[in-house]
Amino acid sequence: MSKLVRTIGWLLYAPILIFGFYVIMHGHLTPGGGFQGGAVVASGFALLIVAYGAKGAGLKERLLSAVESGGALIFVGLAFLGLGATFFYNFLAAGGGVVFNELVPSGPNPGDLNTAGTLPLMNWAVGLKVLSGLGSIVLLLALFPGEEE
Amino acid sequence: MDILAHVPILVVGIPLLGAFATPLIGRAGARARNWFAIFILLLTTALAIALAVSVYQSGPRVYVLGGQSFGFTLPSGYFFPIRIILEVDGMSAFFALIIAVTTLLGAIYSTAFIAGHSGLEKYYALLLLLAAGMFGMVVTGDAFNFFVFLEITSIAATGLVAFRTGRAESSEAAFKMMVLYNIGGLFVLLAVAILYGQYGALNFAYLARLIEYSLLDVIALALFVLALALKAGAVPMHMWVPDAYPAAPAPITMVMVANTQIGLYGLYRICFTLYGLKLTPALVGWIVIILGLASIFIGVSMAVIQRDLKRLIAYSGIAQIGYMLLGVGVGLAVLGTPALNSYGLMAMKGGIFHIINHAFYEGLLFLAAGAISYRTGTRNLDELGGLAHNMRWTAIFFIIGGAAIAGLPPFNGFASKLIIYESVFKFNPILAVIALLASILTLAIYTRAFQSAFVGPQLPAYKDVREAPASMMFPMGVLAILTVLFGLFPDLVVKYLVTPAAQALVNQAQYIEAILGAGLGVK
Amino acid sequence: MIANFPYVTAILLMIFGLYAALFRRNLVKIAIGITLMESGVNLFLVSLGYRRGGIAPIYTLAPEAGERMVLPTPQALTLTSIVIGLATTAVLLALIVVIYRHYGTLDADKINKLRG
Repeated sequence: MSKLVRTIGWLLYAPILIFGFYVIMHGHLTPGGGFQGGAVVASGFALLIVAYGAKGAGLKERLLSAVESGGALIFVGLAFLGLGATFFYNFLAAGGGVVFNELVPSGPNPGDLNTAGTLPLMNWAVGLKVLSGLGSIVLLLALFPGEEE
Repeated sequence: MDILAHVPILVVGIPLLGAFATPLIGRAGARARNWFAIFILLLTTALAIALAVSVYQSGPRVYVLGGQSFGFTLPSGYFFPIRIILEVDGMSAFFALIIAVTTLLGAIYSTAFIAGHSGLEKYYALLLLLAAGMFGMVVTGDAFNFFVFLEITSIAATGLVAFRTGRAESSEAAFKMMVLYNIGGLFVLLAVAILYGQYGALNFAYLARLIEYSLLDVIALALFVLALALKAGAVPMHMWVPDAYPAAPAPITMVMVANTQIGLYGLYRICFTLYGLKLTPALVGWIVIILGLASIFIGVSMAVIQRDLKRLIAYSGIAQIGYMLLGVGVGLAVLGTPALNSYGLMAMKGGIFHIINHAFYEGLLFLAAGAISYRTGTRNLDELGGLAHNMRWTAIFFIIGGAAIAGLPPFNGFASKLIIYESVFKFNPILAVIALLASILTLAIYTRAFQSAFVGPQLPAYKDVREAPASMMFPMGVLAILTVLFGLFPDLVVKYLVTPAAQALVNQAQYIEAILGAGLGVK
Repeated sequence: MIANFPYVTAILLMIFGLYAALFRRNLVKIAIGITLMESGVNLFLVSLGYRRGGIAPIYTLAPEAGERMVLPTPQALTLTSIVIGLATTAVLLALIVVIYRHYGTLDADKINKLRG
């Protein structure tokens, strides 16, 4: 791609990543969440691939695949940790654990990140899974042979 | 922590955990990955057996995800079931056993069959994911959850069918299958949305109590029947079956047989448990019977002209799906009338018994065909010949499978088909005669297939062909033993496995009561 | 009448999508048909959750007195089905890429190793 696209892509990459991680982090408070944030981050990857080509973007399929498995494992693992009561039981919420244990305030408020128990953790797990999963889909489709520019 | 209390979710959760861990374990080497996948499925099988034992002994099991109580009481006092609830009754447990056996044997068979292919950690991950999806479909008591697991099985099955990307026909068959599965999945989702829009609930038991069989409910029922018959591969929605089965690796084809049977499970669950007596049993029953008859007829007559061994088995498998639809369709047609007890229940038992038998002998046939193509590199019946000299055990296994599918005594296919003939004859003699004739034709088809593949002088091209490796012989041996045992002791199997499943279908009140009655307790 | 508008649109989308998926010969157009059907079903699901005067169920905008939140279930269902739709679309597109590599065409009539 032209120098213009490369430069703008390079400039936009960091803000896109930050916005994506912000959406993941606030998933339990505002619209959005793991999937949407992960998709935003993966769109940043797609921008890099478009600007620099699949080889030049510096994304490693092996690493993405490991992160993807890791995210899914964390998600299912959190569900298994709830087995003290039932599968997927939110064992951290409302004073049950050390973090994310506060009650949600009622009425309009700026949002307290330290709430909702396992939900923020699951958002992060889903976010990691989606950003690496979508990232590797885009990467692998771009890497198919016979389509080099 | 009491493991047994959590068994209903563990049969879904453990393969899911295994599926996501396999790509990581795969970095430690091929052996570690294979053993890990087999270990996970072994564990799942043990859990499925424990689940079946507890359900058969003490009635339906209910499990609530994520909370202590499954419902939500509004301040106004309006009670509302909101969480995802799993409900396991005799029918679900019966199918869980089939899934456990086929996926476990499929994983063992795969270790040799697909060895040397690249990206195998994804293969085992998808196999475990498919197992999780199928278990999920049979244990769930929630309509939307049912759709989600349906889509999981579709995606995993497509990935597995298309796994050998080097072959053009794999991707082509997978694409065809994915488009049809997708349309079916969206029909199910639309039907679920229609029910949700009317009754504001997703729980099968809760919906079953409210459902009224209005025009919208009829549309929803039609969408369900269409989509699930498509998944089951019943004629006229069978086009993907003879393409997808041969294109998939042999162990996957065996698992796919179980996967199509889950479509039947869904069909039975929707017709009997969700709608029950509210639908017009005679009409819907006859629709199911006609689907079954068409499958029997088209399946057998298309199998006659096939030259590809796996395509031949696939077409005759469609015919066998027809028998299952026929048996249970007769039961549905007489639901709520005195005839149910005189022969309707018996026909359902025959149809349900045929499901487990079909999973075993059809799996055996596909594995034997896989062993042949593994050693000779072809499945074309015109090129094969004289293999009995070199592959004696495979020949024996093929005879057992072929005799069972054709309904010869003393194999399991005979036992279940006999029950179907007897009870369907009382309902309508013509149906029984058609089923019997199709069975005779099946015998002719398999005699010819056996004769052209195994009998005759040793061909020079196959002089050095050896018997398949032990890890492929073992699953075939297990399936052959099960096929013979089920044929020798059908009364025991019917009494302990099949009757509770058939009773669970007929007894809609028990299913509803298990959730909405007093019997709700998680711990 | 105007309240039924979303449902009519949803049904139309589904019919167009089904038509494209079954009768178009180009594989990419088949995939587009499938996504169109998905959008129709999703629109249907999410319009089921609409209540006049209800506000979005977001905790930082918790309701004042007299306002009511809508039940988030239909929206959660729609989101789940969108995610599933993304996965199926990705699978379809990957298969199309592989098919194109083998046959060099996207015309379903020319892709005919499997017949009969």
